[in-house]
Amino acid sequence: MQNDAQNIRDLANEEFDTRTLLRNAVDQAIARKYEDFLIVDTDSHHYETEAFKEIAEYIEDPVMRYEAKFQGHSRGGITSETGSYQEIAGRITRYPMRKNEKVPPTPHRDITLMERWMDALGVDMAVMFPTPMLNLSNCPRIQVEVALARAYNRWLCDHILEKDPRIKSMLYLPFHDPEASYEIVKEFADRKGVIGFMVTSTHYRANYDNAYMKTYAALEERNLPLGFHAAFTWTDQSLQLCNRFIGVHALGFTWCNMLHMTNWITNGMPEQFPKLKTIWIESGLAWIPFLMQRLDNEFMMRTSDCGLLKRKPSEYMREMYYTSQPMEMVDNREALELTFKMIKADTQLLYSSDYPHWDMDQPSMIYDLPFLSEQGKRNILGNNARRLFNLEPVYSPVKLARRAATKSGLTS
Amino acid sequence: MSEIPVCKAGEIPDGGTRLVQVGPVEIGVIFHKGQYFAYRNICPHQGGPACEGLKLPQIVEKIGDKGVHLGQDFDENDMHIVCPWHGWEFHLSDGTHVIDKRHRLKKYEVIERSGNIYVAV
Repeated sequence: MQNDAQNIRDLANEEFDTRTLLRNAVDQAIARKYEDFLIVDTDSHHYETEAFKEIAEYIEDPVMRYEAKFQGHSRGGITSETGSYQEIAGRITRYPMRKNEKVPPTPHRDITLMERWMDALGVDMAVMFPTPMLNLSNCPRIQVEVALARAYNRWLCDHILEKDPRIKSMLYLPFHDPEASYEIVKEFADRKGVIGFMVTSTHYRANYDNAYMKTYAALEERNLPLGFHAAFTWTDQSLQLCNRFIGVHALGFTWCNMLHMTNWITNGMPEQFPKLKTIWIESGLAWIPFLMQRLDNEFMMRTSDCGLLKRKPSEYMREMYYTSQPMEMVDNREALELTFKMIKADTQLLYSSDYPHWDMDQPSMIYDLPFLSEQGKRNILGNNARRLFNLEPVYSPVKLARRAATKSGLTS
Repeated sequence: MSEIPVCKAGEIPDGGTRLVQVGPVEIGVIFHKGQYFAYRNICPHQGGPACEGLKLPQIVEKIGDKGVHLGQDFDENDMHIVCPWHGWEFHLSDGTHVIDKRHRLKKYEVIERSGNIYVAV
């Protein structure tokens, strides 16, 4: 029988490669002409576990450095508190197979892996966050949280942000140590590629604590946004009632941001720091209309509870920024359209993929929405982030080549 | 309609997948328990390469008397294609999503003739 061997792929003989996994994403990017405009992904991840030996070298305390190198830094197995089977027990193949992906010796492995998926999706610039470190604030040893935050941030600046202008980050603040958080802002605010700072939302410190005020003031002075990145922990007492990951994730990833948003508003932080921009990351969107309605309703009866507020909670929330993923997309177009209106998505919503995590969103999730104008799509996919972070655009070379080919009359 | 050659019969091991590019369309040909199935390699969710994912059975919750949960099991008679991008699951038998049949993988006929396997496009 005759067939062109190039037209046949045998999965049994293929090695894992991000570019192969994301071939269909390239088709989406070409069909929608993403080369015509800037796409900024405001929430993506790498697995810092793979570079942990390098990161551990940045830990200043020699005893803790020794301990970190011995213990490593990763999630445990099925019996561990974080044994979360995010990858749906191997169904999301990039989780178990990613470690086998081959990369050239330079640039850094994390840069190569980031650029591979960015180029496939049509993303020009990406805000990169760690993965297991999202749960660092659950570490019972505050000294470890602080030491790892410093070490990771230094490693990130030296090895990634200094080297690749397409990759940016909002740096981890060790929130259980307010003084250390303040020092980190001072130390890193001017480093290349640092476009803000980030609190992981699973923590048990209230964000209205006086101890944080100078950190917020420092960020406001520098015009650097503060992000609250959602996470979950199965160690949370109420979430321990969930016996399935879907429960702990669906609730945990929204509950933490609802809690911190509520405290942020009812304690008047938007009035205290009117120029401090906040970004609420990776809780999806459906929680925002709920919280706007709930807080407004109670506030009108209990204005005495919130002496600093001069407007309704929803009015402050409409001035904040939200990342889009995981956008609730199943059978709810009317609700989604109303949500976009309620949060002023045209100016306040920031596209995010969360790649490579299991619930990642392609740019087409925004681009294909029928109720958005072309300009609205481009705002959400890139312009809003460009304005918020004051970004100097750096385009994907793949998109630039596609643009040049189109210009010269060649087809992609 | 044309018949696109895929491989010789027996070349794809049980549970294995071959992908055939036909113009702009990629088709996954899956061999499972003596039967061939062919679907377009695009997930109706976000466009992932569904045929490249794991093939896993339906999960069954075992319920005893008066609604008591007894545990879980695999139903090996209902194999699923699992999209590797997000985990959407489709019945291997007909390509429909396991919960919402409005979502389905595009199915193609597989022809076995004279020891060769073809997909009808």
